[in-house]
Amino acid sequence: MILDPISLACSAIVLLLATAAVAAFSRRHQAFLITLSFSLSAVASFLVAAAGAWSVANGIGDQVILAVGLPDLPFHLRLDALSGFFLTVIGLLSLFVSVYSIGYVKGYLGHRPVTSLVIFYCLFVAGMLMVVLADDALCFLVSWEIMAAASYFLVIFENEKPENRRAAFLYLVVAHIGAIAILLSFGILAGFATKSEDFIGYTFDSMRFAQLPIEWATAAFFLSFFGFAAKAGVIPLHVWLPEAHPVAPSNVSALMSGVMLKTAIYGIVRVTFDLIHVFPVWWGAIVLILGLISAVMGVLYALMQHDLKRLLAYHSVENIGIILIGIGLAMIFKSFNLPLLAALGLIAGLYHTMNHAIFKGLLFMGAGSVLHSTGERNMEEMGGLIHKMPWTAALFLIGCVSISALPPFNGFVSEWLTFQAFLLTPALPNPLIRLLIPLGAALLALTGALAAACFVKAFGVTFLGHWRGHHHPHVHEAGWSMRIGMLLAAITCFCLGILPSAFISWMDVIAEQLTGTTIASSAGRYGWMWLTPVSYERASYSGFIVFLGILTVVALTFLILHVRPKNIHRVPIWDCGFEKINQRMQYNATSFSMPIRRIFGYLFSIRERVELAPQAGHKAFPKKIHYHISIRDRFWGLLYKPVVDASFWVSRKVGRLQQGRVQAYLIYSFVTIIVLLVFLR
Amino acid sequence: MTTIPYIIELLQVAVLLGLAPAFVGWVRMVKCWTQGRTSAGLLQPYRDLAKLFSKEILLAENASWIFRFTPYLVFGTTVLAGGIIPILSIDLPLAPTADVIVIVALFAIARFFTALAGMDIGTAFGGMGSSREMMIASLAEPAMLMAIFTVSLANRSTSLSEIIQVIYSGQSVIRPSLAFAFLAFVLIALAETGRVPVDNPATHLELTMVHEAMILEYSGRHLALIEWAGMMKLFLFTSLGVAAFAPWGIAAREELSAVPLALMYMIVKLGVVGIAIVLIETGLAKMRLFRLTEFLGAAFLLATLGMLAFFILD
Repeated sequence: MILDPISLACSAIVLLLATAAVAAFSRRHQAFLITLSFSLSAVASFLVAAAGAWSVANGIGDQVILAVGLPDLPFHLRLDALSGFFLTVIGLLSLFVSVYSIGYVKGYLGHRPVTSLVIFYCLFVAGMLMVVLADDALCFLVSWEIMAAASYFLVIFENEKPENRRAAFLYLVVAHIGAIAILLSFGILAGFATKSEDFIGYTFDSMRFAQLPIEWATAAFFLSFFGFAAKAGVIPLHVWLPEAHPVAPSNVSALMSGVMLKTAIYGIVRVTFDLIHVFPVWWGAIVLILGLISAVMGVLYALMQHDLKRLLAYHSVENIGIILIGIGLAMIFKSFNLPLLAALGLIAGLYHTMNHAIFKGLLFMGAGSVLHSTGERNMEEMGGLIHKMPWTAALFLIGCVSISALPPFNGFVSEWLTFQAFLLTPALPNPLIRLLIPLGAALLALTGALAAACFVKAFGVTFLGHWRGHHHPHVHEAGWSMRIGMLLAAITCFCLGILPSAFISWMDVIAEQLTGTTIASSAGRYGWMWLTPVSYERASYSGFIVFLGILTVVALTFLILHVRPKNIHRVPIWDCGFEKINQRMQYNATSFSMPIRRIFGYLFSIRERVELAPQAGHKAFPKKIHYHISIRDRFWGLLYKPVVDASFWVSRKVGRLQQGRVQAYLIYSFVTIIVLLVFLR
Repeated sequence: MTTIPYIIELLQVAVLLGLAPAFVGWVRMVKCWTQGRTSAGLLQPYRDLAKLFSKEILLAENASWIFRFTPYLVFGTTVLAGGIIPILSIDLPLAPTADVIVIVALFAIARFFTALAGMDIGTAFGGMGSSREMMIASLAEPAMLMAIFTVSLANRSTSLSEIIQVIYSGQSVIRPSLAFAFLAFVLIALAETGRVPVDNPATHLELTMVHEAMILEYSGRHLALIEWAGMMKLFLFTSLGVAAFAPWGIAAREELSAVPLALMYMIVKLGVVGIAIVLIETGLAKMRLFRLTEFLGAAFLLATLGMLAFFILD
């Protein structure tokens, strides 16, 4: 057998499916099952990442027609640079998460059987891989459904809690509404692609050459964008995301947030740049605007959360927004026929896709370790974990620094590239768009700064200070496999941060295939240390030297100050002479975000209530103060509640037909037959 | 490859480390004069630093490695930023490693970790300072980037050295957009360096502290490093403003002989900026925390106007 990337990827998928099949038949030996299946899925993920990296490096697409599928409608698979890139991203993160899961899932032993978790985990990863490999609408949608259904069962894994069932149901509904839109979009594309007698219109290859009138192209684009945006959690289609991601087991949350959302990004890029490939400016403008709204609103909602995993879920909304900003800019540049700038925007978006996958995976794994160890998701009940979980704390901190876009870690590189793309807008001929785009840069800057505030809160409240909770669980450090999983992700974050040119010249072939030009010739011209998009005079950045510079100064200062050893006295904290200082007096998540809540309060629906229990005789000194606050997403009340109410109303009306009497049903049938006879002679 | 740029680079860092306390001393001295007090002299900040370095460290029982690591990191990022911003010469070996966006991000690293250190001890003050600092920063940073973007757009580069080169080559003219950007930059520089009316560096009043609240638990050499970094930050923001809006005097040649003249220009400019800071600080009172949104909002508006002016007028 000749080894090529696509057969490597296919064999990895077969390995995952086989693992799922084996898991289905082993009810006993749960501990062994966990070790075996997650090791196998780690191996499969590694193979996939290798296959993806290899095919991107090769730069040429491979195609395979499988024997499975409907009669006469076989599945087509294709591995080109774009698929290869997403395969690498999915493979890398699922490698880390699989290693992590070996330890994490063992936490369920003795509580519940984990067989279903293992089966659906493998199916879920396989489904995501199939989505990016699919080269026809049928295979794409089948894989898309496998991915959605498997993740539904993963979300509902801890099904004894009613909120988990509700979240999973909401997820399923949104996922399927999205899938219908994607199906319709492919229908339009295939409809215009059908030229020949034998039906091959459903393959992406024939869609590429379809000649669409602009109105149909617009319909196809917006249907597919709606479907993918529902999956990616673009505001206002995000409501399922902060419900479903937190309640899933943390390893699954890591995969869902890290890579499942990215399959939607893949879909958007594939449909827009590859299948439709010629589009007017305003499509890109809409993508850009939705990206900006998602980024800013996502981070603001995240700031208001005190559930650690919910906070991270809202940050996924934010980061999907940042990715869409890059893609939207690329679309605008492409429709103005500025390929170099389009390539820059696209690379910025895709680089952020990879970065977000890795650091969000890392953060969810860290949150999972905290949950595993304390049994707590509520940050208000945590604190001081850095002393008991030093590894988790340090690795989670790396994730926080990366997502807050601080150099020398990876989040900064992609935000920097996006800013550079923004600063190139004077090249645009349309004055209106030129005017509006700088405001976008300001919103992106706001997003970055608010994200930093949010992660100071997340890390500070969870890991620093004193334990805030009322109960004192036995907190322990995460096991070795969990630590290795997180460590690998953290190292990847660091490498992506200091060696951006290497990665960009690797993935540049995608830009070449989709926009017709590369930025590598300029981006990596000055060697692996330097990142110079467009030109050296325009802007340059060297994450490696920045890292080295900080390290040198820190090390020098440390050495100089430690030439003469000085004593460090450990003393109690200064209490201003109050002497009754306690742990409940620390700032917590709600108080930390209070200033920002006050400034941006009009964006949320906030209910605050203060109850004073008065003390007899001393009006000024109440016995107890109760403070209640509830912060809700405005979109739920504005957009979703009416739809939910309306559908309930319609169901109730329709439900009246259901009498429970046979006579009534016979009348219905009779009337139906008469009507059919009259109208369909 | 000549060694001269490297020597200038080292000289610049030495000037930054050496003169930053004097600049703060100058600001305090002028402030004393305007308020009719006797000043402690230009050298008082040096004495303060020397005293702090020689003192032992009292570390709170609950402090983790973050608390102990932060002073070094804050110092490190500030010194690195000082190696990148053209203060004496534009021909710095470190200059291409980072553009203005990276410099803003370097200050953001320092702030991120200072805020974490504030929360590390577990007192109400630390958390309060961190929360306020991050709120101010999240409003100031976008305005800062907008002001800088206006300058970058006008000069077609985000690299400070390139911006100065464009200005020197005469391609850049006085533009209305730059005036807006400059005003916005002044407001933001006051916020970022913790001056009145945003924060008062001299206060230890519980309810008005922002930056001081975060570093309340620091002592000894840790405090010395943070204080020194704070002085350098003021120095660097001044230099950043000078480099972006009035770079004349910064050496453009690769010669050591150009350095003394550049140094003189720098001292004169710092002196003028110091007096301006004092005038602002004596003329204004510290604002209430929630009035700051208006202040920073105004800065943001000015920066946005600057950018719009660039697209409409230029």
